[in-house]
Amino acid sequence: MMPSEFLSPGIFQILAALFVPLFYGQWRNIYMAAIPIIEFGWTLGLSPGDHLEVATFEMSLVVLRVDSLSLVFAYIFQLATFLSIIFAWHIRDTVQQVTGLIYSGAAVAAVFAGDLITLFVMWELTALASVFLIWARRDDASFKAGMRYLVIQVGSGVLLLAGMIIHFKATGSLAFDFLGMGMLGTNLILLAFGVKCAFPLLHNWLQDSYGHATVTGTVFLSAFTTKLAVYALARGFPGTDMLIWIGAAMALFPIFYAIIENDLRRVLAYILNAQQGFMVCGVGIGTEMALNGAAAHAFVCILYMALLFMAMGAVLFRTDAINGSELGGLYKSMPWSMAFCIIGAASVSAFPLTSGFVSKSMIITAAASEGYWVVWAVLLCASAGIFLTSGIKVPFFAFFAKDTGKRVKEAPFNMLLAMAAVSALCLLIGILPEHLYNILPFAVDYVPYTTAHVITQLQLLLFSALAFLVLVVKGIYPHALRSINLDTDWVYRRFIPRIINRAISGISTAYENLATMAGIKAEWLLRTSLHYTGPHSTLARTWEIGSSTLWVMITLAICLLLYYI
Amino acid sequence: MTGDGKRYWLDDQANIKKVIWMLCVICGLLFLADFVYHKHSHFEAENFIGFYAIFGFSVCCLLVLAAKLMRKFLMREEDYYDAE
Repeated sequence: MMPSEFLSPGIFQILAALFVPLFYGQWRNIYMAAIPIIEFGWTLGLSPGDHLEVATFEMSLVVLRVDSLSLVFAYIFQLATFLSIIFAWHIRDTVQQVTGLIYSGAAVAAVFAGDLITLFVMWELTALASVFLIWARRDDASFKAGMRYLVIQVGSGVLLLAGMIIHFKATGSLAFDFLGMGMLGTNLILLAFGVKCAFPLLHNWLQDSYGHATVTGTVFLSAFTTKLAVYALARGFPGTDMLIWIGAAMALFPIFYAIIENDLRRVLAYILNAQQGFMVCGVGIGTEMALNGAAAHAFVCILYMALLFMAMGAVLFRTDAINGSELGGLYKSMPWSMAFCIIGAASVSAFPLTSGFVSKSMIITAAASEGYWVVWAVLLCASAGIFLTSGIKVPFFAFFAKDTGKRVKEAPFNMLLAMAAVSALCLLIGILPEHLYNILPFAVDYVPYTTAHVITQLQLLLFSALAFLVLVVKGIYPHALRSINLDTDWVYRRFIPRIINRAISGISTAYENLATMAGIKAEWLLRTSLHYTGPHSTLARTWEIGSSTLWVMITLAICLLLYYI
Repeated sequence: MTGDGKRYWLDDQANIKKVIWMLCVICGLLFLADFVYHKHSHFEAENFIGFYAIFGFSVCCLLVLAAKLMRKFLMREEDYYDAE
């Protein structure tokens, strides 16, 4: 019996993760590394059309639906899991090890999900498992960041659930295929995907959490959540016009922040956000070339962003510093990390012979072929900006710039090994792109290496480098300063709490005032009634018979008068 | 953790100058390369000689200047969120 007849690869990984605590020492690492390898072999054996349904209650859930789109994402997720495990080989933290595996397993299972319920369950599981990678840093700041992350991620799941129920009521279908915008249910689902995909204004969980997670946790985080969202968009909303513009805004908007941000892992998180913009744009354009471009870009983006996060993780691991203002000159003590970081930087910038070159241009060319010249120009701007920040700024501030005199040991061997492997993949895909093109959802009719493309791309990048040089020499380039920059998280970390605090203090002051006023009134009432009815008051006095009779007569006369009227 | 006293190639100002000059020369050559091949352009602007070079250079300058301007409004102390 084939395993696919009762289990899907991602669910297998989640179950396997639960047995990690049974292993000790190196055996645990070997066991963990074996899981994605077995799974990868299994996934290679799957072919489009493979299917597994599980009957529960009155519904049947499609836990395995294999097609060319789900396969690309499954391959890269498993590869990223394996490489992240190698990078985290030195870790002896059961919590991180188990949750890391559950997290990436849930992402694989979500990619194979054929119905919205399975997708929802895995969607929430990625959120719940991944928050431990932030909390594992075990300090107050990361605990709070983790809570913010969890609220937003689970919120995305709640939106998905609401959208799913409304969609089911409207159409009677729970299949996770093309959904399309326009109805309340599918709009909510799109919003849920948008939160995880880090759409503009919904994006800040990404920078917040990646900057606070552990050294190895950020490498894990960078690979799955956002790319799962890209997959979900490509599955449910290809060709949705609105996504083109959202994607374009997303590609450009984070660059400004990346230029002024001091924490280098947060710089990378902003750049990851910009890369997401390219993919969302590709999904929005929705042609075969654009969708191929989005899938290919997701594939290579996972690799080079992981590589950059690994390099910065190694720096943080060795120096305990990650701010540009505290780093510099590390090429002297961490030359290998520097070399791998530069390969990652070249890939993210899409230099010829690196992986970014063969994927990013597919999306830009797709935008141009469809005549979207504004989008084309914005994506070109973003390309230059990405090179300026993650291509130059990150390696420059960490490894070159002003020597801060830090002399540390080179990164541990396992980290270097993981970085070397990812670097090799980045170059391999860049030099032999047909291997990547062969696994894309549609047949590829695109040649990346033409004279014009190579020269124009080199012009764009090297003149950007020249601009950086001029700006640095002239002292215009913003210095790395010990600071933070306000982003949309200000709304929920400052603005809303402040309003709530004000409201609470307003209400409590009003209550106090009311209580004081009521106290005064009550006292007055008591005094007055005491004055008239107390033991020494007028009414309590002993009256003379004559005056009493007079008062009785007056009262009777008034009664008589009233009676006649 | 402090300097090991060893001198590296990039510690020498003259070598940094060499790197800068090399970049300038490569940029110059790339600009000139535009005269010798045919572009398969989608838009008219691309046919302009050195379009990508000028575009890259000016976009980077504008991005940096805009970001610097943003710093005026957005930059806060590191402990901004710890204060309350």
